[in-house]
Amino acid sequence: MPNFFEDNEDLLFLFDHLELADVAAVQEDDFMRNTGPNGEYAPLDAEDAIDNYRRVLSIVGDVAGNHIAPRAEQIDAEGNTLNADGTVTLHPGVQANLDVLAKADLMGFTLPREYGGLNCPCVVYTMATEMVSRADTSLMNLFGLQGIAETIYAFASDEIKAEYLPRFARGEVTGAMVLTEPDAGSDLQAVGLRAWQDDDGQWRLTGVKRFITNGCGEILLTLARSEPDIKDGRGLSLFLAERGPRVRVRHLEEKLGIHGSPTCELVYDDTPAKLIGERQRGLVTYVMSLMNGARVGIAGQSLGVAEAAYRVARQYAYTRKQFGVSIERLPAVAEMVTDMKIAIEAARALTYETCRICDFENNNLRVLEFNKPNDKDELNRRRGNGRTWKRLNSMLTPMSKYYASEMCIRVANEALQVLGGSGYMKDYPVERYARDARITTIYEGTSQLQVVAAVRGVCSGAFEKHVDTYEQREYTDKALNELKQKLVEARLLVLEAIAFVKARGTEYMDLHGRRLVDSAIAVLVGHLFLRQATANERKRLVAQRFIEQHLPTIRRDIEIVRSGDQMAIDHYKTLAGPVPSAS
Amino acid sequence: MSYDSIVCVKQVPDTANVTGDAMKDDGTVNRAALPAIFNPEDLNALEAALAVREQHGGTVTAITMGPLGACEVLRACLYRGADRAVLLTDRRAAGSDTLATSYILSQAIKKIGKYDFVFCGRQAIDGDTAQVGPQMAEKLGIAQVTYFERFVDLSGRTARIRRNVGNGWEVLEVRTPMLITVLDTANEARPAAARRVMRYKRARAADEVIKDVATAMPDASDAEKEAEQARRLEALKINALLLEKWDLDDIDADLMWCGVSGSPTKVHRIQSIVLTKEGYTEIPPTEDGVKQLVHELIVDHTLG
Repeated sequence: MPNFFEDNEDLLFLFDHLELADVAAVQEDDFMRNTGPNGEYAPLDAEDAIDNYRRVLSIVGDVAGNHIAPRAEQIDAEGNTLNADGTVTLHPGVQANLDVLAKADLMGFTLPREYGGLNCPCVVYTMATEMVSRADTSLMNLFGLQGIAETIYAFASDEIKAEYLPRFARGEVTGAMVLTEPDAGSDLQAVGLRAWQDDDGQWRLTGVKRFITNGCGEILLTLARSEPDIKDGRGLSLFLAERGPRVRVRHLEEKLGIHGSPTCELVYDDTPAKLIGERQRGLVTYVMSLMNGARVGIAGQSLGVAEAAYRVARQYAYTRKQFGVSIERLPAVAEMVTDMKIAIEAARALTYETCRICDFENNNLRVLEFNKPNDKDELNRRRGNGRTWKRLNSMLTPMSKYYASEMCIRVANEALQVLGGSGYMKDYPVERYARDARITTIYEGTSQLQVVAAVRGVCSGAFEKHVDTYEQREYTDKALNELKQKLVEARLLVLEAIAFVKARGTEYMDLHGRRLVDSAIAVLVGHLFLRQATANERKRLVAQRFIEQHLPTIRRDIEIVRSGDQMAIDHYKTLAGPVPSAS
Repeated sequence: MSYDSIVCVKQVPDTANVTGDAMKDDGTVNRAALPAIFNPEDLNALEAALAVREQHGGTVTAITMGPLGACEVLRACLYRGADRAVLLTDRRAAGSDTLATSYILSQAIKKIGKYDFVFCGRQAIDGDTAQVGPQMAEKLGIAQVTYFERFVDLSGRTARIRRNVGNGWEVLEVRTPMLITVLDTANEARPAAARRVMRYKRARAADEVIKDVATAMPDASDAEKEAEQARRLEALKINALLLEKWDLDDIDADLMWCGVSGSPTKVHRIQSIVLTKEGYTEIPPTEDGVKQLVHELIVDHTLG
């Protein structure tokens, strides 16, 4: 009876140390909302809310460990099926997973109670995401699509909300965010699917979408060009279309990994649709908001698959004997296993810190949108906080997505290496983890795009301001204080590099963005680990190992940044060589 | 037609995770050393009942016999969808063997009155007797189907049921009311439902309220405590969160048949076996090696 929450010491640690009482207070409007529809399961105070979160996560841990994980191998081997009529039949295991998630009331995780949801904050939802992903990385793509319901809640009319949200919460429907097109991937401003109004004023959608996760779902949140004369993102609006005869799946992609997640090519044939919110705000407001949540979700997915891979490797390193000893006694293996574990904890620390800030920001936005305070000072305070959190989040969210996804590929890869030949075979799940992990640095914005977003935060003062708050913390313990001093020095190095880069311009910033962002993340995570280190001896060692390992890396990266090197741009043709012929 | 089901559930020590002090010196189970859990196959019994309700309508009532701590399994039933939960608790029932237990439970079922199905797990993991279900059916004078796998068909008062017969299966046609014991392979028992957990985690039996108040207000006078108890009980009633509690008098039980006096089972001898062998043996990956292994397993009575 494995429980993926109760057996995960680090998740339990974070649950206890993330100061969830503050998150619960903003999520529940200081517990003033426990009347009204479904008030019978509203929490009475912070302690009650945290108890609910713990119980919910324990249910997710049970479902993940006992229901989802046992089906993952078969789902990976068999996949979903495209039917001749343009519909998709989910693998019976995927369908069973969705059914059990619905039965456990887990498909309206973050929706307000008035629509039948659990009203859980992002930090709890992301922990759930991590556990689902550990059980079956591909199922996270369906479980993790709850941001669609959130987007409807945040921006659609009351009528649309009342019609669709309870169906999401009951698990009757799943959704898809239908954005990508053959010529509009990373660059969503180029979306061309046509939205037009017929003689009755009914909106209709016409065109093709590609690489749509769960495009066979019932509710298709579709980005389309409603203003044919405006060529950029301001000509795009967001629409809700329902699955039906006027939208069909033309192709089901065959992918390297996440086989349980149906990736569809969709053809819209004058499909009737409803406008979400206002015209022209589709990409610039709604999808941007949706994407931020989705990125944190991918960080959670990355943590889950890394955790799964690490566990197999740790177990194998312990039981596998060569040269008369467990292979974990071999120094190279010992270091691999240690680094994997610390890398996961590092990404976890950053991701859940980000989630906390997301919760503060999102709840503040919700109050400003639906419940604007009459008091002027209060309003100004909220607006000011909102700006701070927004700036911070637009750095931390891409950082988390980038850092966790790159981490999980590395960890899955190392896990496979620990298992050696066995890891390369289908006998162990590690090759599946390595395949499943691979997508995480690609979708919801590639690593390269996350770096572009994050480096602007790093260079615009958000990094400095945030590190200031960390540096204010004093450690009575001498060793921890010494480690902190090292981080203070590292930060100065990063600041020097930022100044250098800013003087050189945007192209240079993007060329060296990864090194700057890596260094900034190492400083942030170092501080987060220091905070954890006050709790127990093991975490002290983790902090020590992480900080001491990263200082030389930061120095190296900063040196390269400050070298002024831009040969990859200046001599691209010479260095990259001629373009090979396509054959 | 809708069906009313009763599910008998039990809180048991988690014998799957046995630690060093799991047995007392006299060879009986040291319940204090093991975490108390929901007997696994009772979850399959509950699932079977909930599935009948989902397909045909009706009600599901959970009942457990045990000390006050057994309220935890009743709440677990409510989390999964049970409509009603009853705790059967009485000091005079202590020491009951399977005969006395089945008598007491059958009296409780008679008190509930109208029902179509009684579902039980095949057996509990503490005693592994698989006797209580069949004995209850005898005492209630109803048909019994043990080792239930699934309903082949259910309409009106007739059920066609597939049951496991060890090396295969058979289909029986049975008329309601009946008692069914359910195998862990019969279904995938559902997890707790989050919304119901948030709600029913507050469900309490009256005796639990007394304990809760004593813990919450250790220095209060008796009168203050009583007032607080009354306030809490009233709130539980209003919110439909009061777990029913019955004792032997409530179910008209004949005390002769309950507890130690109603339990003819005598423990003849208990052996405490400590495994000393190494964890594994190496078998050469050859035809002869496999033959030797099969032979050893047969001699060992592991096979055949």
